[in-house]
Amino acid sequence: MNLLVDAFAWIFDPAHQAGANGIPTRLVQHLGISLLVLLVASAIAIPVGYLIGHTGKGRTLAVSLTGGFRSLPTLGLLIILALWLGVGLEAPLIALIVLAVPPILAGAYSGFEAVDRRTIDAARAVGMTEWQIVSKVEVPLGLPLLIGGLRSGTLQIIATATLADYVGAGGLGHFIFVGQKSNDYPQMLAGSLLVIALALLSEGIFALLQKLVVPRGVVANQSTDVRRPSSRRVAVVGFPTEERK
Amino acid sequence: MNWVIENLPLIGQRTLEHLALSIPPIVLSFVLSVPIGWLANRYRWSRGVLLTVLGLLYAIPSLPLFVVLPIILGTGLRDSVNVIVALTLYGIALMVRTTADALGSVSSDVTQSATAMGFSPWTRFWRVDLPLAGPVLLAGIRVVAVSTVSLVTVGAVLGIKSLGLLFTDGLQRNIVAEVATGMVATIALALVIDFALVLAGRMLMPWTRTVSPKRERRALPVDEAVTA
Repeated sequence: MNLLVDAFAWIFDPAHQAGANGIPTRLVQHLGISLLVLLVASAIAIPVGYLIGHTGKGRTLAVSLTGGFRSLPTLGLLIILALWLGVGLEAPLIALIVLAVPPILAGAYSGFEAVDRRTIDAARAVGMTEWQIVSKVEVPLGLPLLIGGLRSGTLQIIATATLADYVGAGGLGHFIFVGQKSNDYPQMLAGSLLVIALALLSEGIFALLQKLVVPRGVVANQSTDVRRPSSRRVAVVGFPTEERK
Repeated sequence: MNWVIENLPLIGQRTLEHLALSIPPIVLSFVLSVPIGWLANRYRWSRGVLLTVLGLLYAIPSLPLFVVLPIILGTGLRDSVNVIVALTLYGIALMVRTTADALGSVSSDVTQSATAMGFSPWTRFWRVDLPLAGPVLLAGIRVVAVSTVSLVTVGAVLGIKSLGLLFTDGLQRNIVAEVATGMVATIALALVIDFALVLAGRMLMPWTRTVSPKRERRALPVDEAVTA
């Protein structure tokens, strides 16, 4: 536990609060890379995912793509790109985008797929155009799953951005790798704790976002209990209160 | 290709080390998720608490977890136990939700029938609930297996031996073929384990094998067969 105290002392040490190698600089780098990647990956994945979800075309490809990417080792992808493109920001950015697209894509198309077909038929029957169906029915109803996809995509980005410093991209992972090279375990621990805090913070923000952005009507219909109820009729003999529904 | 042929023994050794780090988390997370998943499905409060805690656990990136675990476990930084424990935790985080949902989706008509037939809660769980939840559990453990095999490689940046060492060594010595070999070997290993799990599932759950059209016709529900 002494090491943990050392790690916190390292974090709050004034010497580590400023400069090119200070915590704020590295944090800004980490956040900058993550946000940029999130924006680019979303710009690619959300329109494509919506197109797949709305038309139902290319679904098999999307499913196998998102499933197959799970087996792709992130570190290997990062390193092979770094060998090809040289040390710098390019390789990590491309690797991160490649890794973040599948979960966001999955969130986008599964969100559209989860919409009850009867709802879409009803929208078409009242005279909505295809564009209105997409923007006024499918997008709002698909939001919970899309945010879920963005959430796991962001976690993936924050985690892999930590590895990105292995090929010289900076970010909070820098403390872990520098600490390792100089046998400075408290510094490694400090870097790790900062990344964990960032990941949990992003988790919290997305949980909040889910509450704020998702239309109330969508939430109202979701049952919190997944257990399947019995199909038998509830008996009305004796005290009805004793019978569990 | 030359690199691969010259280094076959090394690749073999790294693959075995990789397996030694991947198999324990897959087995442990499956075994441990059954009781925890049961608890998560049993009560409403336990479901909320367990799934929230495990969700947060799953949010912790792998490398920081590998670095933090030694102070909790008292192990060394390069100890392979850290990787096994971390990946088991991730596996549990994924599998408990799956197990709880799978057990919850067993129709209560069936469980009530089993109780009426005289099954004790204990036997009912092992002989009715768990087998019926089997196919969903299999789908869950396949996801865990594939992501575990891929995550083991991250340990290589701390010097923990696995196929991931081919990545770090390839970067230091600037050999693209070595990194590519590591990636192909990791993905191949994931596919092999995935295939083994599917086979095990078929053997353990013979009823999930796809039925031939002939047998399907025989399996029609009685009332439909009568009207047909």
